[in-house]
Amino acid sequence: MRAAEDRDPAGLGTARAIGFVAPALLLVGLFLVFPALWTLYIGITDYQLTGPAAAEPSVVGLDNFATALDDPLFANSLWLTALFVLGSAVVGQNVLGFALAWLLRRVRPALRRTVEGFVLLAWILPGPVVAYLWFAVLSRDGGTLGLLLGRPETAWLVEYPMVSLIVFNIWRGTAFSLLLYTSALAAVPPSHLETARLAGAGGWQTVRDVVFPHIRGHVLTNTLLISLWTANDFTPFLLTAGGPNHESEVLPVLIYRQALESGQLGYASAMSLLLLFGNLVVALVYLRLLRRRA
Amino acid sequence: MAGVEITGVSTVYPNGVRAVDALDLRVVDGELFALLGPSGCGKTTLLRTIAGLEVPAAGTVTIGSRDVTRLPPGRRGVAMVFQDYALFPHMTVAENIAYPLRVRRAPKARQREAASEVADGLSLSGLLDRRPGQLSGGQQQRAALGRAVAAGADVLLLDEPLSNLDARLRLEARTFLKRLQHDLALTTVFVTHDQAEALALADRIAVMESGRIRQLGTPREVFQRPADTFVANFIGSTPMNLVEATARDGHVECAGARLPGPPGLVDGTPLVVGVRPEYLAPADDGITGVVSTVENLGVSSLVTLDCPDGTPISLTVPEQHEPALGRTLTVNAAPGRLLFYDAEDGGLLDG
Amino acid sequence: MTPGWVVRRIGFYALVAVVLAFFAVPMLWLAGAPFDARPGFGLRWPEWTSANVHATLRHPFAVRSLVNSLVLCLVATAVTTAFAALAAYALSRVRIPGRDALLYVLLLLSSVVTGTAAMVPLFVLMLQLGLIDSRFGTALVIAGGMLPAAIFILKDFVDAVPRSYEESARVFGASPRQVLGHVVLPIARPGIATILVWSFVNAWGNFLLPFLLLRDVDKQPAAVLMRTLQDEGGSANLTVIPVFSLLYSIPVVLLYLVVNQRYGFRFHGGIKS
Repeated sequence: MRAAEDRDPAGLGTARAIGFVAPALLLVGLFLVFPALWTLYIGITDYQLTGPAAAEPSVVGLDNFATALDDPLFANSLWLTALFVLGSAVVGQNVLGFALAWLLRRVRPALRRTVEGFVLLAWILPGPVVAYLWFAVLSRDGGTLGLLLGRPETAWLVEYPMVSLIVFNIWRGTAFSLLLYTSALAAVPPSHLETARLAGAGGWQTVRDVVFPHIRGHVLTNTLLISLWTANDFTPFLLTAGGPNHESEVLPVLIYRQALESGQLGYASAMSLLLLFGNLVVALVYLRLLRRRA
Repeated sequence: MAGVEITGVSTVYPNGVRAVDALDLRVVDGELFALLGPSGCGKTTLLRTIAGLEVPAAGTVTIGSRDVTRLPPGRRGVAMVFQDYALFPHMTVAENIAYPLRVRRAPKARQREAASEVADGLSLSGLLDRRPGQLSGGQQQRAALGRAVAAGADVLLLDEPLSNLDARLRLEARTFLKRLQHDLALTTVFVTHDQAEALALADRIAVMESGRIRQLGTPREVFQRPADTFVANFIGSTPMNLVEATARDGHVECAGARLPGPPGLVDGTPLVVGVRPEYLAPADDGITGVVSTVENLGVSSLVTLDCPDGTPISLTVPEQHEPALGRTLTVNAAPGRLLFYDAEDGGLLDG
Repeated sequence: MTPGWVVRRIGFYALVAVVLAFFAVPMLWLAGAPFDARPGFGLRWPEWTSANVHATLRHPFAVRSLVNSLVLCLVATAVTTAFAALAAYALSRVRIPGRDALLYVLLLLSSVVTGTAAMVPLFVLMLQLGLIDSRFGTALVIAGGMLPAAIFILKDFVDAVPRSYEESARVFGASPRQVLGHVVLPIARPGIATILVWSFVNAWGNFLLPFLLLRDVDKQPAAVLMRTLQDEGGSANLTVIPVFSLLYSIPVVLLYLVVNQRYGFRFHGGIKS
């Protein structure tokens, strides 16, 4: 609060302070700001990876965007991305994360640590490894799921690609929601919970009437963040690479395939812009929430 | 050893607030000096300006005979104890105390030696290898003092030295601090918002408000003859009675009574009569009122009278002399204990 | 203990068991398959052997890719931590002109410009700079992506350090360098450790950027080699992939255990690894 708090307690001086910030800003500028702005430009050209348009790209205006709007693959991808975000993040990770945080509140510490340990491990293991683990579980050559359900010949990733991706991403990402809700629940005053118990409220009533009002902000924060990460997640590429026949081609995978496999850099950029714009909207809402709480 | 001289110092914050406003002050060599005032009065900023942590927008700071206004904090010959003590949590008590020597690259053996010497004088010898987190509040305070002493500075600056201690420990630490300062005879400036602390500790007090000094004097002067109504209100554990009055025939009329007043006032001049509750006693004539509350203060009691015109007047009475509630009581002050203030600017009128 | 209570308890533990199985089963494969003489995709008790380990170590690219991962990660982690620490400290302590706007933009960037959304311009940029197949260049791109979040997490830590520590050191005559070395760095150590672990785990698992920017197998990290091995398919690779996955996972699992042991898994808003 005191104005003195901003007055350089270490005697660093503005010039040296700018010197301290400069290296970080240089990298951020070069590898985040510049690419983001450049996307705008590449998005209105016919830039290609190979061929004549690779050497001399020309500006084609909004053609790429018009093409995208007419492209059934793009519409398909938007739909699949929405499904992926809604199913695995907004509903899946959110609900499972909260349920675990709530249920594990009062179990024995050893059990709680075990469950938390596995959930966190799923989050921490490298993406290519977990993708392979699930590739194995869902494999048609004696994968664990097929063995368990007595259908060893089923190619789950081919027959149910989106469901597989959604289940996979719930498994992969629930840890964040679990951590966030655990700390949120710890902040609910025990006296409120006890009041509910004295009033004879059941578990569900307690959650609805006492817990939820306290953690509403956390629910929103959590939903925004995990949605943003899920929409930008490239791991589906490792599991299904968009297949079979574009049935699981979420936006990041489509962008990659258009850019690097088909070489349509301009067109892919135009689609990236949409992702950037979606991210921006979510991030702005998130920052507004943060600011209001602060 | 050195005195501190502050001439025309103004310290302005980036947001334009003048925390210290064209202030002059002289702290004599070896003196224990208090900067007293409510929060936001600029006392801490003034202390930080002396330390060199704030750069004044105008004026000069002189320590000894050196103009230190443009010198960085480390080269002014000052040591400072912060309100939160700022003991480095990753260092032991010994390392903390020896820190000023470490900065000057003194040999390790010399550092250790200095630390144990200082610790002896502060009864911290057994705690040299502890970390600040393992010390009690009083021990932390002494460790911080030890570090300041070890710096061998000419001037010691203390920011709210007792405010982080609980009430009982505070008294003990106060006595300790006064003796330590006396033994070292080190010029010491401390900041406090607690008037009792300033009265008890300081040789002289500057009462500050809005970046200026309202009164400068010994504790006795400040207590007995506050220079204006602000100081009168601020000093004293029971607030001074400040009653609106009017001058008439060399007397003042207040609270339905007629009291001897200062000479040379035009009839009808509005003024304020101030008298400490401690200086009022039952008398044959004076201010009369009905006893409305009696508050036990331990060895004395604070009695509040409701005067006929509704003015409340309070006085202290020795224990077992408390009047009954509802009784009518007449009180007066010893000669010279009645103070008269200008009703407009609040300044003390000579008389 | 009413019958209802008993049923609820049984239901509760059944639920916990199902959740535990859901999370544990895919991982258990990583414990058995690497040491199984006839590894398959399914979970089973292994016929113990160490032949797979030897085969993996003899694989032409396996060990090399792990070394590549290590180089990539160490550079990215060191750059991120050093740059973020400097920036976070200056931003926390000095009111540089335009600081608040800068912080806001950084916060925005940290979530908006993801590798996924910026893969085309990043690829083109590195192509034109001639940095495709440069491990150092790729590490810098990864660091650039992690920096905004790292700066934020560290700034939170530094903001919580009382300014009186530094002021106190200064009053006793410490130079800015001494203030940093004696006071700020030791006190900020937990924050710096957090960023080290966080950025290492993030960079270690990063697949997209190396996949995009390192086309030469000799330079690809483990993340990309995993993908290559998986793509090649065939049962021959089942001798290599399980051991390789395990080797590739060990560093982060160890880090996880250390962090869990020493600090417990505290929650730092917005951290994802």
